[in-house]
Amino acid sequence: MNNNNLLKKGRRMGDLKYMILSVISVLTFLLIWQLLVIFGVLSTRTIAAPTQVLVTFFEKFYSTAPDGATIFTNIAVSLKVSLTGFFSAIIIGTPLGMLMGWYKPLDRFIRPLFEIIRPIPPIAWIPLTILWVGIGLGAKAMIIFFSAFVPCVINSYTGIKLTSQVHVSVAKTFGASNFKIFRTVGVPSSMPMAFAGIRIALGNSWGTLVAAELLAANAGLGYMIMMGRQFVRPDVIILGMLTIGILGFIFTWIFTKIENVVVRWRTL
Amino acid sequence: MSMEQKAGTRLIVKDVSKTFYQKKIEPHHVVDKVSLEVKDNEFLVLLGPGHCGKTVLLNIVSGLMPPDEGSVYLDGEKITKPNPKIGMVFQKLGLMPWKTVIENVEIGPKLSGINVKTRRERAEYFIDLVGLKGFENSYPHQLSGGMKQRVGIARAYTNDPEILIMDEPFGQLDAQTRYNMQNEISRISEHEKRTIIFVTNNIEEALYLGDRIILFTECPARVKEIYDIDLKRPRDMIDPEFLRLRKMISNNTDLAL
Ligand SMILES: Nc1ncnc2c1ncn2[C@@H]1O[C@H](COP(=O)(O)OP(=O)(O)O)[C@@H](O)[C@H]1O
Ligand SMILES: [Mg+2]
Repeated sequence: MNNNNLLKKGRRMGDLKYMILSVISVLTFLLIWQLLVIFGVLSTRTIAAPTQVLVTFFEKFYSTAPDGATIFTNIAVSLKVSLTGFFSAIIIGTPLGMLMGWYKPLDRFIRPLFEIIRPIPPIAWIPLTILWVGIGLGAKAMIIFFSAFVPCVINSYTGIKLTSQVHVSVAKTFGASNFKIFRTVGVPSSMPMAFAGIRIALGNSWGTLVAAELLAANAGLGYMIMMGRQFVRPDVIILGMLTIGILGFIFTWIFTKIENVVVRWRTL
Repeated sequence: MSMEQKAGTRLIVKDVSKTFYQKKIEPHHVVDKVSLEVKDNEFLVLLGPGHCGKTVLLNIVSGLMPPDEGSVYLDGEKITKPNPKIGMVFQKLGLMPWKTVIENVEIGPKLSGINVKTRRERAEYFIDLVGLKGFENSYPHQLSGGMKQRVGIARAYTNDPEILIMDEPFGQLDAQTRYNMQNEISRISEHEKRTIIFVTNNIEEALYLGDRIILFTECPARVKEIYDIDLKRPRDMIDPEFLRLRKMISNNTDLAL
């Protein structure tokens, strides 16, 4: 075995050592939590033991208590809401930001409206959207849209504003029209910034989802958590929280993969 | 509007001036009544000190920037906007980091809607000519300074311009690479005859490459002197005649270039 391989092996063993440490940390935490509940230090009325959460998780595969839906239905409802809002924000917000950054008249026209809407927290839209479209999918998707729309616009706007003047000149000397330069130079060079915006939008929309569902819903993970509180089921609450956390983690992971493919040139 | 011109003249720059006005600072007069002619298929070198307004003049010639006064004529037609007949190798290069070498090189024909097959063939030909075969699918940041410069040159050639402007293409390179690239450009321009306007602040480079040298003053740029260089090619930097011309030009400049 040559030196390089030895080094690599050493590094891998180092990685393994740290991984074991991380696992021990989590296990210790869970163990202490479990023991505190078993020995009655923490009341089962306020917190559920990890094993209980796991049991509830499997129960919720088919049981609809206490919120009226299984865990999968709740996940599906939440996903549908958040993805609807999130994707409409990307589809509308990103091109809008880029066009505003490129075409000054459009910028001047939309900017005032945008600046008025921008500082309003997405949650402040909840009452109005309930009046408009009730508490169904539409209302929550709309709230999520507001939370995700703003970073999409701002980042793609800033990104395209930073387009290198030399790149524009290059395209001009080849006789390209302004719109063609927008498409072939402006859009691709603003992609890394646009993606950073979409990443913020992703976090926002998942965060806002729960808030939206806590306030106005009849199904979904946020709704499940709220019902858990009403029926004093800390196990259901914790299960809801963990599911939201894990799904958020998976989304970010998928997103990073996509980002690495689309703007690969930036990281290569 | 058109303009009378002598046979064999491609481009005429007539009394071009440019001043930049900015808030709170004195107007910056950069190009001052520059007139010059570019002949068909010649290798013309514009030689001038740094920040004397060479790039600004080229931007005006290529139609990227309007002059305050004067005009530029290509084959008798006044230039008002960029024209694919005039190609440019930019001082700041401007390779697009999201495109591979071949995608960068083929961008000219791509923007004019030429089909993939034709433009790929052209791009491959010039990538080969500048010595980048095998790097078609690399990204710009994976290349050295000299290689990036070659991409910029191949990109300009691939659009098949009749007049090729090169703005200090070797300014950022180390001495050895610079010397190699001077040989290369000499070889490439023999192989692919074009009218070339080459900008530099280096007297040796100017003498090594140019059929004619136009010497500029310090800012604002004005034509100071025009030299016809009749040395045989390939040129020899230690040939007595080369050295004599070098001394002569050097004595005529205010700065040590
Ligand atoms: N767009 C611009 N606005 C204001 N000043 C400029 C602009 N472009 C160039 N200048 C100024 O004009 C002078 C000449 O620049 P340039 O033509 O780039 O010189 P060089 O001869 O080195 O190519 C510089 O002092 C530069 O700061
Ligand atoms: Mg310059």
